[in-house]
Amino acid sequence: MKISRRNFIKASGVAAAGLGLSQLGFDLSPIESYAAGLKIKGAKEITHICCYCSVSCGQIAHVSKGKLINFEGDPDHPISEGALCAKGAAAYQIHDNPNRLKKVRYRAPYGTSWKEVSWEWALEKIARNIKKSRDSSFVEKNDKGQVVNRTNGIASVGSAALDNEECFLYQTFLRGLGLVWIEHQARI
Amino acid sequence: MTNHYIDFRNADVILNMGSNVCENHPVSYKWIKAAQDRGAVFIHVDPRFTRTSAKADHYVPLRSGTDIAFLGGMIKYILDNDLIQREYVVNYTNASFIVGSKYDFMDGLFSGYDPVKRKYDKSNWAFETDENGVIKKDPTLQDPRCVYQLLKKHYARYDRDVVSQITGTPKEDLLKVYQIYGSTGRPDRVGTELYAMGWTQHTVGTQNIRAMAMLQLLLGNVGMAGGGINALRGESNVQGSTDMCLLFHIIPAYNPTPRAKHKDLATYNETTTPKTKEPMSANWWQNRPKYMVSYLKSMYGKAGTKENDFGYDWHPKLDDDQNCSWLMLFDAMHRGEFTGFFAWGMNPACSGANANKVRQGLASLDWMVNVNLFDNETGSFWHGPGMNPKKIKTEVFQLPCASFMEKEGSLANSGRWVQWRYKAVDPPGEAKPDGDIMLELHESVRKLYAKEGGKFPEPILNLKMDYATNGKFDAHKVAKEVNGYDLTTGKLVANFTKLKDDGTTSCGSWIYSGSYNEDGNMMARRDRSDPTGIGLYSKWAWCWPVNRRIIYNRASVDLNGNPWDPKRAVIRWDPAAGDGKGGWIGDVPDGGWPPMVDKEKTKLPFIMKPHGVASIFGPGLNEGPFPEHYEPLECPVNRNLLSSQRINPAAKVFAGTMDQYLTCDPRYPFVCTTYRVTEHWQTGVLTRWLPWLLETQPQLFVEMSKELGELKGIKNGDVVEVESARGKVKAVAIVTARLRPFNIAGQTVHQIGIPWHFGWRWPEDKKFSRGGDSANLLTPNIGDANTMIPESKAFMANVRKIKSKS
Repeated sequence: MKISRRNFIKASGVAAAGLGLSQLGFDLSPIESYAAGLKIKGAKEITHICCYCSVSCGQIAHVSKGKLINFEGDPDHPISEGALCAKGAAAYQIHDNPNRLKKVRYRAPYGTSWKEVSWEWALEKIARNIKKSRDSSFVEKNDKGQVVNRTNGIASVGSAALDNEECFLYQTFLRGLGLVWIEHQARI
Repeated sequence: MTNHYIDFRNADVILNMGSNVCENHPVSYKWIKAAQDRGAVFIHVDPRFTRTSAKADHYVPLRSGTDIAFLGGMIKYILDNDLIQREYVVNYTNASFIVGSKYDFMDGLFSGYDPVKRKYDKSNWAFETDENGVIKKDPTLQDPRCVYQLLKKHYARYDRDVVSQITGTPKEDLLKVYQIYGSTGRPDRVGTELYAMGWTQHTVGTQNIRAMAMLQLLLGNVGMAGGGINALRGESNVQGSTDMCLLFHIIPAYNPTPRAKHKDLATYNETTTPKTKEPMSANWWQNRPKYMVSYLKSMYGKAGTKENDFGYDWHPKLDDDQNCSWLMLFDAMHRGEFTGFFAWGMNPACSGANANKVRQGLASLDWMVNVNLFDNETGSFWHGPGMNPKKIKTEVFQLPCASFMEKEGSLANSGRWVQWRYKAVDPPGEAKPDGDIMLELHESVRKLYAKEGGKFPEPILNLKMDYATNGKFDAHKVAKEVNGYDLTTGKLVANFTKLKDDGTTSCGSWIYSGSYNEDGNMMARRDRSDPTGIGLYSKWAWCWPVNRRIIYNRASVDLNGNPWDPKRAVIRWDPAAGDGKGGWIGDVPDGGWPPMVDKEKTKLPFIMKPHGVASIFGPGLNEGPFPEHYEPLECPVNRNLLSSQRINPAAKVFAGTMDQYLTCDPRYPFVCTTYRVTEHWQTGVLTRWLPWLLETQPQLFVEMSKELGELKGIKNGDVVEVESARGKVKAVAIVTARLRPFNIAGQTVHQIGIPWHFGWRWPEDKKFSRGGDSANLLTPNIGDANTMIPESKAFMANVRKIKSKS
C-alpha cells in the first residue's frame, strides 16, 4: 500500500506511542498531553481548495459544532503538499470576519446612505427593474431586419470567483434574459 | 495551460517571462524548485527584479512591452543555428505549407491592410491549395513560399543589436537566454514557458504568447512532459468561468456566440463548423453541431424541440460585427447605453483600466446589483472620491453572498484540474450562496413575466432552471447537467463522444462531459496514485478534456508512437495492447488513432486545429500571421526601430473625452507597469478586509530605481504622487536597486512599477498612512487587437514627491 504523508504521520504517531519510554530514551507523555489538548481534536475535517490564485492548493477546514475553528493546508494534496502562501494561510479570516456583508443593503437614487432591507423586498424590486430595463431595451430585429432577440440595456461583469456550477447557472440566467453584454475578469 | 503545475518538475529549462511566478503563484514554485534540484535552469525575464528573479538561475531585464522583439530575436537565433527539432516541425506543424502569392510583409504591415478601418483583409494570408482543395506543402522546407522560409525572412531583421536597442536587454544576456532555451530543440531536452498578465495585458498580448508558442513548436516542446505553454491564471476559477463562457463572444464551451447572420441553427452550424480537405486531420470541431444542440437542450430543456430548432431563436444574438468586450462595455456604459448592471463578484471600479471612466459610467445607470462578500469601491462608488451622492441617481442593491468554504461546487485550476469543494460552514448573517441568489432572482423575474407578460417572454419562461433540491441550489444537479444526459435513457453520458446533434442528448459544457457521469463525481476523487511516474495523478480529481492531463500529447511521440524522450514518456504506442491491435499507454491520448506510420488509420496530433497541425503561420489573428514588434500605445520612444508602424495597426483606439493617451510627452516620461504582491489579491476586496494580510501590506507603494529617486529628489519612504494622462494616485516610494534604468537606443529610460490591490473604501485613512486608491486610475483603456485585454503593463507616467518620510 502506498502510504500518504498524512497517513504516515498518523502511523508513526501510533508506532511512537507504542515504543514507550525505555526504547526512546525520553518521555513522550508531555507531547501526548499537548496533542490531546489541540483545538482540532474531535473536529470534523472538510477538504477544500484555495479561493485565491489558480494553483488550487488543498486546504482543510476543521469544524466543531458548526463553527470553523481552524483552516490549514492539506498535506495529501498532490500539488501543494500542505503548503499555502500568505493569502491561503489567512483564508480563515474570510469566514471569521466582522467586516463581512451580512445583510442586504440598498442605496436609493440620490441617497446618501445605505439602508438594510430584506431579501424578499430586494429580489422583488430587482426583478421589477430587470423587467423594466429588458422590456424597454429588447430588440427582436436589428437595423438590417435580422432576428437578434437580445436585451441591449443591461450589462453584467462576473465572475471568476464563482464555482463552475454557479458560472453555468449565471450564464444560463443572463442569456435567458437576452443579455449579450456579458464579461468578467478573464478579459482583463 | 497545455500542461499542469506539477509538470514543471519535468522541464530542463523553465522560462518565466510575462509573470512573477514566485510571488503570484507562490506554491507552484515547489515544482520549479524540484526541476532545479534535478539540474534544470530557471530563467526570469522581467522589467523588475522580483522574488522570482532571486530564485532564478538567470535574471534578465527587459523594458515593458518589448517581448516580441526579445522572442523574435530568439526565433532568428534558433533558425540561424538550426536548433529546431526538424522531424517534429515538418510533421506536426504547418512549417511546410505553401502560402499564397497575395501574402506579403513590408515595413511593419502585412498585405491587405485598410488604414481607415485599422483592419486587415485576412484572405490575403491564405494557403495555396491544389485542385482538390488540399494545401500544397514542401516537406523539405526549401520552397521560398513555404511557412518555414517566410518565417526565416520575417525574423531576419531581429538581430541582437536591434533587439537590444528596443528591449534594453544587454546583448550578452540575450545570447545567454537564446543559447539556454535553444538547447531544448533536442528531442531529449524540454523547455517550458510560464506566463501571466505580464504577457496578456498589452496591445500585442496575443502575439506575445503566439511568438512563444511558435518557439515551443520549433523546438518540439508542445505535448511533452515538462513542456508546453503554461498560462498562470490569476483567479481560482478563471479557467472554469472561461470554460463556462461568461464572455460576450463565446458560449459553453468555446462555441462562438450566435450572430445575426446565423439566421437559424443550420446556418449557425454550417457557417461556424470548421472544414478541412486534409485527409489526415481529425478536425475535432467538426463535432460542433452535437455540442451546440446539446447545449441548447441544457438551456431550454423539453421546450427546445427539433421543430423550433431546440430554442435557437430564444438565444440572444450579436450583430455581425458587434464587440461587447470589457472596454467596449464600459465605453457604452459611459455613454449611458445601459440602465441596469450586475457587478457579481467583481469590483470594476478598481479592476477596470482607466478606472475613472468606469466610476463615472456607474453613475449613468438606473440600477446596479453588486454581489460580494465585502463592501467594495463598485457598490459604494456613489460616495467615493469626487462623487456627490445627491447628484447620482443609480439605485444600488448590495447582496451578501457565501464565501468558497460556505457552499459546495467545483473549480478548475490553470492546469484544467477540476476539483470539488465541500461546504464547511454556514455563511454569516443573511448571506446566501450565489447559486441560490441566481435561482431566486430568476424565479422572481419568471413570475413577473408569467403574470404580466412582456417583451419576448419565451426564453425566460422556457429556461431550464430546475437546479434546486428542497428549495435550495444543488451544485450536483448543475454539475450533472454540465456533464450531460442521454435523454432517451435519463442516464448521464459517459463523455462528449456520446453527444448527438438530434436533441437526444443534453450537455451544458461539452469539455466537462465525463466529469460527473454514471461512475460518479469524478471531480471529487482523491486517489494519489501516479502510475506514469511523471506526476499526472490521473485519479486525483478530474481534468478536461476527458481527463487528459497534457494536451496535444500525441505530439510527444515520433511517427512510430515512441516517445521523443523515453525518460519522461507521456504516452507511447504498445503494439501488443488491445489483444494485439495495439493501443496507447500512459495519459489519455488526443484520440485513440494509431501512430502516424499507419497512414490509413492515423490522425494528425493537433486535433483541434482544422488542418491537424500546429500553426507556426497563424492567418487567423487580427494583426498578422507572424508576431511583429510594435511599441505600446504609450511608449518612451518616438519610433519603432523595426518599422514605421509605431503601434499595433489593428488595435482599437477609443476617442472620447475620457480616453486620453500621451506618448513621448515630457509630462509623462517614465514607463509604468502594474503588478500584484503575494499578500493581496486582485483589487484587494478579498484581502484588504483581512487584518492578517492588511498588516503585511498596508498601503499602496510605487517602486523606482535609485537613479530615478536621485533624479526626482525622492527618498525611500517619501509620499509621492504617480500621474498618467488619465489620473493620479498617492503612494509611498520604494527606492530600490531592484529596478534599473534601461539603455534604449542610447537613451536612458526609467521604469516604475505599482501594485493594483488598493481602493479608497478600505482601509479608511485620510492621512495616507494606510491604503490608497487603485493603480487602474492610471492605466490606459486600449486593448489587445484580438482579445481587447487592456494594456495595463506598459504605459507612461510621472512621479513627484509630495511629502518627505515622516
